Amino acid sequence: MQTTSDEVLIARIAVGDRFAMQVLFARHHVRVYRFVLRLVRNEATAEDLISEVFLDIWRQADKFEGRSAVSTWMLSIARFKALSVLRKRPEQELNDETAERIEDQADDPETALAKKDKGAVLRQCLSALSAEHREIVDLVYYHEKSVEEVAGIVGIPEATVKTRMFYARKKLSELLKERGIDRGWP
Amino acid sequence: MNTTNKEAHSDIEELLPWHAAGTLSRSDARRVEKALASDPELAHRYALVRDEFGETIHLNETLGAPSAHAMEKLFAKIDAEPARRPAMSFNLVARAAEFFASFSPRTLAFAGGAAVLAILLQAGIIASVVIKEKGVGGYETASAPSTDPGVGAFTLIRFAPQASGDDITKFLEANKFSVAGGPMAGGLYKVRVSMTALPKADLVNLVKKLQGEKVVTFIATTE
Repeated sequence: MQTTSDEVLIARIAVGDRFAMQVLFARHHVRVYRFVLRLVRNEATAEDLISEVFLDIWRQADKFEGRSAVSTWMLSIARFKALSVLRKRPEQELNDETAERIEDQADDPETALAKKDKGAVLRQCLSALSAEHREIVDLVYYHEKSVEEVAGIVGIPEATVKTRMFYARKKLSELLKERGIDRGWP
Repeated sequence: MNTTNKEAHSDIEELLPWHAAGTLSRSDARRVEKALASDPELAHRYALVRDEFGETIHLNETLGAPSAHAMEKLFAKIDAEPARRPAMSFNLVARAAEFFASFSPRTLAFAGGAAVLAILLQAGIIASVVIKEKGVGGYETASAPSTDPGVGAFTLIRFAPQASGDDITKFLEANKFSVAGGPMAGGLYKVRVSMTALPKADLVNLVKKLQGEKVVTFIATTE
């Protein structure tokens, strides 16, 4: 079945088409929410932010020039909004309970190891990465963004994107080693 | 391994995450594939990347989704926005974007060629009219089929996604049809099947006949 492209939806939104906005929202809001949630680590804040992100899309649709994919443009807006919130909020104000819940999707490392669930430990370690490293790993693996697209979203050169991803992965290996899993790399 | 090979190896290694995600260019993907085939150590590292890739997806998929309030909140804000006056020029852009977005790249390439041909033909017609006018020394109008989009008999057609621009053009030309509008919701196009109005029974029969066409997945009569 042929679906309406995001670019067409944006063109319709630019002329005030609410239905096109609903379609775009339905198509992307979960991924945008998850991207923002991994950055702000607070479900309520993430939910507030996605309505802000899509409101910006509604307002700026007529300025979209199609230089990047719509999803890349959306993630750039989402990232900007999330970082603005983080800048206003001291680290200690993070909702620890929520953050813990987000990170603690699996058993604790020892239990997981006991169950020989390497995947669960890996997920624990992915959550334990710094925000900068989490962001790049998510953009590459979950949001399937190319080197060029990540560079556009994060606002860094393409070479830096590659090295940042490399170091994020290296850090992941270190965290795994601390938890008793030696991947033999680096 | 010499320094150059080490550098190349490191460059390839940095690309592994994008190779796993399928977001590399064809040439880079080929380079990575070639290196993976000849370097077992790199292949081992690629297996680690694939583990990370799978678990990152797993992790994100367990994050849940926002509540329905998020959408309600958004549309409440949109409703509070000042009403937008659609700009005519942008409507045309939007319409063009929809039209072109609905076809495959192959179709677009063909359409580009067809557009050039149409411009050349138009230039030829204008030139012949000018020459003709000069020749007789007076103004003359040419009688031509109506181009009024509201005149004639029409159907709504959804073309098969796998149909190329060439297939669609051949279909339209063979039947002397023309696209009068669209794409509309559901990828439908308004297609003029006759320059003059047809009796309803004739139009229904034509629709039945066209239902068997390979390039058509849906067809119905319309005003």
